[in-house]
Amino acid sequence: MNTEKLTTLAISDSGFIFDPSTGDTFNTNEIGVKIIQLLKQGKDFNELMDLMIEQYEVTEEELEADLLDFIQLLKNYHMV
Amino acid sequence: MSKAIYVKPVIKKQETGKMNKFGSVFHRNYRDSIDGVKINDIVERYGSPVFVISETEIRNKYRQIYREFSSQYPHVQFTWSYKTNYLDAVCCVFHQEGELAEVVSEFEYQKARRLGVPGNKIVYNGPLKSKASLKIAFEEDAIVNLDNFDEVLRAEEVARSIGKQVHVGIRLNMDTGIYPQWSRFGFNLENQSAYDAARRIHMSKHLNLNGLHSHIGTFILDPSAYAIQVKKMIDLRRTLETELSISIDYLDFGGGFPSRNKLKGTYLPPEVAIPNIEEYIQAITSTLTANLLPEEYPTVYMETGRAMIDEAGFLITTIEGVKRMPNGVKSYIIDAGINILYTSNWYNFKVELDRPVQGTYENAIVYGPLCMNIDVVLENATLPPLPKGVRLILSPMGAYNMTQWMQFISYRPAIVMIMEDGTIEQIRRPEQLEDIVGPEFVPEKLRQFSL
Ligand SMILES: Cc1ncc(COP(=O)(O)O)c(C=O)c1O
Repeated sequence: MNTEKLTTLAISDSGFIFDPSTGDTFNTNEIGVKIIQLLKQGKDFNELMDLMIEQYEVTEEELEADLLDFIQLLKNYHMV
Repeated sequence: MSKAIYVKPVIKKQETGKMNKFGSVFHRNYRDSIDGVKINDIVERYGSPVFVISETEIRNKYRQIYREFSSQYPHVQFTWSYKTNYLDAVCCVFHQEGELAEVVSEFEYQKARRLGVPGNKIVYNGPLKSKASLKIAFEEDAIVNLDNFDEVLRAEEVARSIGKQVHVGIRLNMDTGIYPQWSRFGFNLENQSAYDAARRIHMSKHLNLNGLHSHIGTFILDPSAYAIQVKKMIDLRRTLETELSISIDYLDFGGGFPSRNKLKGTYLPPEVAIPNIEEYIQAITSTLTANLLPEEYPTVYMETGRAMIDEAGFLITTIEGVKRMPNGVKSYIIDAGINILYTSNWYNFKVELDRPVQGTYENAIVYGPLCMNIDVVLENATLPPLPKGVRLILSPMGAYNMTQWMQFISYRPAIVMIMEDGTIEQIRRPEQLEDIVGPEFVPEKLRQFSL
């Protein structure tokens, strides 16, 4: 997964995202910000899973489905 | 260290101008029970999907409508439109409330008789009635409404063959200002064919015209159409009386009232878009009382189907798969397909969840399990992110689904009724192999094969 584009986005802690190359804006939530930050740091899917399972009250099953879905959305928005 | 609370991640592009278009949610979208019985308990006992019918809701609706009508016009008799939902248990509830049976086929006629409805308490409608069924209907003094000239001749022949003079009604169609006009049923009023039919029947030695029937359509959104219908039928009755000395005992105004369902292509929620039942009743009763003297009052039959039962029915179904489509749209796979959801053709059902689910609402497509591209149950449902296993409760589901559903690739599910006392009765068990292969036959020479 190419996460270069993510580094060009302006992301506020509150979840507001601005893409200076297109002028598009997005809203995400706290967990969304967290995932994007981890992706920016170059973490791969399995690392993401491990880190988040450790921190959050969530089953592996649910997290995997949600992460796949979230990353798919990032792809649709051409962010990764 | 205790872990942090998890919330599903979401991200959404801000689209100026259309931000709120689908953002608002019209329905209270969470219910963990129906009539006090937990969704979970129902599914545990009867599986998923499962249709649920509320006895209380049926009786309340009937009593509300009957009270409203009869307080303004006492000579009213409701007749249960079998085709709307002819499950035995449902018909019995209506018959206990005092409704006659309204049938449109030999099968429905037999079903009503089997339940113990006497022939003379059955209204027999429909554009094609076989000779055999007319013979029985006439012998049993059913209330028969004839649809066309060929049927008049057939009825006459049958009456002659049993040596009886029988009462019949005729079905009418007319312009009541609504579109489409259901002109394929019955005799047209404006072009005189209704009058001609009446005169022809009047000449018969075996037929005796005593009723006028008309069903102007279904899910009628304009109550004033009924005022026009009733006025035209009263006028015809008067004409027949003065010109041909025909005395008409009953006027049958058919069905057609809408339920609180959301028609596809409509934007407003049904609570706003659909007139109250009271307005329809008022249109009918006020036209009757304004145009007739009390001594002229005919018996009025009402064949209200959908509005009586739709809101008493629910389908519980389960999310079995979650998928993000290539175009970014969220989609879900549920365990109920369009073969058992006939009315999904024109309704956007109300969707309720069996538990509160956190998260941002998003438009989603809900697919059934049929392995067919057309199997779309909900095209545009606004839902929070749903994990597998969440149950959706779809409604209103009481009208037409449980008669027009079809068996396809799997067994049709159980139908249960939640009784007034809170107990549950299975009123139709899930199908099994023998139910479906029973009528089949394999010719001898095809039976052997080796693979
Ligand atoms: C003759 C007749 N009566 C009554 C009904 C019931 O109509 P609704 O469900 O619209 O009340 C129908 C349904 O089409 C019908 O054909």
